[in-house]
Amino acid sequence: MSNTKTHYRSHKRAILTRNIIIYIFLIVLSIVWLVPFFFLIMQSLSSIYNPMVFIPSSYTFQNYVNLFTDTTFPFWRWWINTFVIALVTTIFQTVFVLGSAYAFSRLRFKLRQAYMKLILIIGMFPSFLSMIVIYFVLQLVGLESNIYSLIIINVAGSVCSYYIAKGFFDTIPRSLDEAAMIDGANKNTIFFRVIMPLSKPIVIYTILISFTGPWGEFMMSSYIAGGNALSMTVAVGLRQMITQNNLTTLFPTFCAGGVVVAIPIMILFFALQKYYVEGITGGAVKG
Amino acid sequence: MAQNDVVLQSKLEYLSLNKGQRILYKIGHFFKNTPKAIGRFFSRIPSKTRKKGAEVVSVFRTISDAARFGDIFTRISFFVMGFGLFFRHQMIRGFLYFLYEIIFIVFMIFVGGSALTHLASFGQVGSMVYTIVDDATMMDIETTVLFDNSFTILLYSIITILLILVLAFLWYNQLRDSIKLQRMSYIGKTASDKATLKNVFDKSYSKTLLFIPTVGLVLFTIIPLIIVVLIAFTDYNSNHLTPARLIDWIGLYNFEMIFASTGTSNSSVLLEVFGQVLLWTLVWAFFATFSNYFLGMIVAMIINTKGIKLKKLWRTVLITTIAVPQFISLMLMSNMFSLQGPINGLLQSFGWITESIPWFTDEWLARVMIIVINTWVGIPYTMLICTGLLMNIPDDLYESAKIDGASPVKTYMKITLPYMLFVTTPYLISQFVGNINNFNVIYLLTNGGPSFTYSGSNIPYQVVGTNVGKTDLLITWIYKMTKDSVNKDYGMAAVLGIIIFVVVAFFSLIFYNHSNSVKNEEDFQ
Repeated sequence: MSNTKTHYRSHKRAILTRNIIIYIFLIVLSIVWLVPFFFLIMQSLSSIYNPMVFIPSSYTFQNYVNLFTDTTFPFWRWWINTFVIALVTTIFQTVFVLGSAYAFSRLRFKLRQAYMKLILIIGMFPSFLSMIVIYFVLQLVGLESNIYSLIIINVAGSVCSYYIAKGFFDTIPRSLDEAAMIDGANKNTIFFRVIMPLSKPIVIYTILISFTGPWGEFMMSSYIAGGNALSMTVAVGLRQMITQNNLTTLFPTFCAGGVVVAIPIMILFFALQKYYVEGITGGAVKG
Repeated sequence: MAQNDVVLQSKLEYLSLNKGQRILYKIGHFFKNTPKAIGRFFSRIPSKTRKKGAEVVSVFRTISDAARFGDIFTRISFFVMGFGLFFRHQMIRGFLYFLYEIIFIVFMIFVGGSALTHLASFGQVGSMVYTIVDDATMMDIETTVLFDNSFTILLYSIITILLILVLAFLWYNQLRDSIKLQRMSYIGKTASDKATLKNVFDKSYSKTLLFIPTVGLVLFTIIPLIIVVLIAFTDYNSNHLTPARLIDWIGLYNFEMIFASTGTSNSSVLLEVFGQVLLWTLVWAFFATFSNYFLGMIVAMIINTKGIKLKKLWRTVLITTIAVPQFISLMLMSNMFSLQGPINGLLQSFGWITESIPWFTDEWLARVMIIVINTWVGIPYTMLICTGLLMNIPDDLYESAKIDGASPVKTYMKITLPYMLFVTTPYLISQFVGNINNFNVIYLLTNGGPSFTYSGSNIPYQVVGTNVGKTDLLITWIYKMTKDSVNKDYGMAAVLGIIIFVVVAFFSLIFYNHSNSVKNEEDFQ
């Protein structure tokens, strides 16, 4: 009797030590993951930039003021640019991605497999290659360094990202479609009345991904729109700001810019986090 | 062991063999079946050819039918596209076909024809400089007159070839439909535009949905890719910039520059640099993919552990990295670990080090740091994906393993890992491909540095096109070669791009052949 009791106690103690170790691990993990953002906010408030320290000695809001008033670096303009790109891209991309995903998942047409294979093969080429040619063409027609070109390029490639949404649609039972078809619904009605209401997570996931994409995208924006300060996105502009002429003294201003860019995205992201997680687990893996 | 010679009848007998015997059996089995497989392959050829042949023949049969049995409308359709449709109640379709034909002819006359004839030589004269004496001031004025633009010749030629293919396809389609409608009219049936319009949302809904995305894909991805592949065989570089200069076909010269060590020091340096960049690209992609995968899975499992509270909080903390645009966190990291950065400052103030640690300037440390920081970026994604999947594994599997006395490590290796690998192979492939082309992490963290050196000095720009560094991937090399560099070499960049494609295709193929979830698409639904 007492033997089992001590056994039980030692087992409990083992679990307790295990949990304590796990908690310590998780706390360390959280610190490692949050320190850079803490550093970002601290630096954005520093009045005198000292590259060697983590926490500045004195604080000011001047960096934020500089960010919006400095005329050589029109941050405000960059922000508007990125916002417009993100918004318009989101509208079209969501429609095209969901539409093509539905077509690949539910409709059976002649070249379906071949088309999917083609997209797979195209995806193996670095997307940057086509960017070079597109840039030449844009130069020919005088549309380089223009945010509309960025929007069109963003939208044009949207069929290639059908993957995750298709994976999600695949999980919705076929019998629902069949039932609707017996009731006389056509493919369009099934898409909008049957599939869409069941696909809220993936719709919001697609919107979220299309909207946050342009804020972090760097390679394409810098190649297409990097020439003109008025047509840059925040990513390109802020990087140019601190690499041009080695203006490391502008680092606190960069941090302020980072905070201004990150906060709306973070709010959006955390508000829709549930759908993001559902979308990524529902569609990303299964494909 | 005479047992090996015995032909095994059942699975059970096979399972009763020990490991060595099984391998021997498999080898024997393979060789025994090889002739059969070869024979089967050849015996299938006739039927397959017949099938393919029938498809090809049916196209010509339709055309000949239209010519032999077609009435006047169908026969005119040979020359005026959509004519037959237009006069058989399908006005809209008929008109659209006709419109395409008109546009095609106009395009060919004004642009396409001349572009195609110039494609072989890329034009005769790029630009000429004239000196004109200005009457009023008696000064010489130099004016440059542009003639042939090699790039537009290339662009228009590709578009023309594509339009010709589309024309052939449409021409055949309208002819087939025309004869079909003619035959339907014999039995008193008609198919009007109304039926076509109805099908837009039903039978041909896939076309409706995919039309605009496909046009976008062709215009902004496929045509540019074809052109880039062709550019790999030209001398398109800073010395031959259009429109002022012409470019020319140079065959495999760009490939030779990399692969054929012709003996001159320049080309062997290029081969060496290329080899190192390619090797680092592969090593990076491997470590970046698998470090993220396993560490992310472990973190997910730790957070999933029973009895741990605040699960949501821990996950949310990690997700912060996803929520903040990547360029911000990467540039922040780049600053934090720079030579005069706060991490070095902190370590110095503690007195742990006396000199700054060269996080990003030492070759090996930079490589390690990039992979470590990439795990910081990537673990949250994998954690999210794994969390849901781990919960899907049935609990009774673990319980029975526990009763059998399996250690946690064994449970992981025998239950968790196989399951996860099975489900996540497509994700792993896309991650691997994504990492080979992972521009952001490399460019924003180290910008490729530290630079390559050759016998003590930096490699001249002319050799490698740009200041390529030891942490550069192929993709960042291409970017620098075509954007940052003074000596832009588009031909070489295209060659590197093609090499990336070959590498990625090779590895994807290997992965795909081992992945069940890809093979059995329908099973999964």
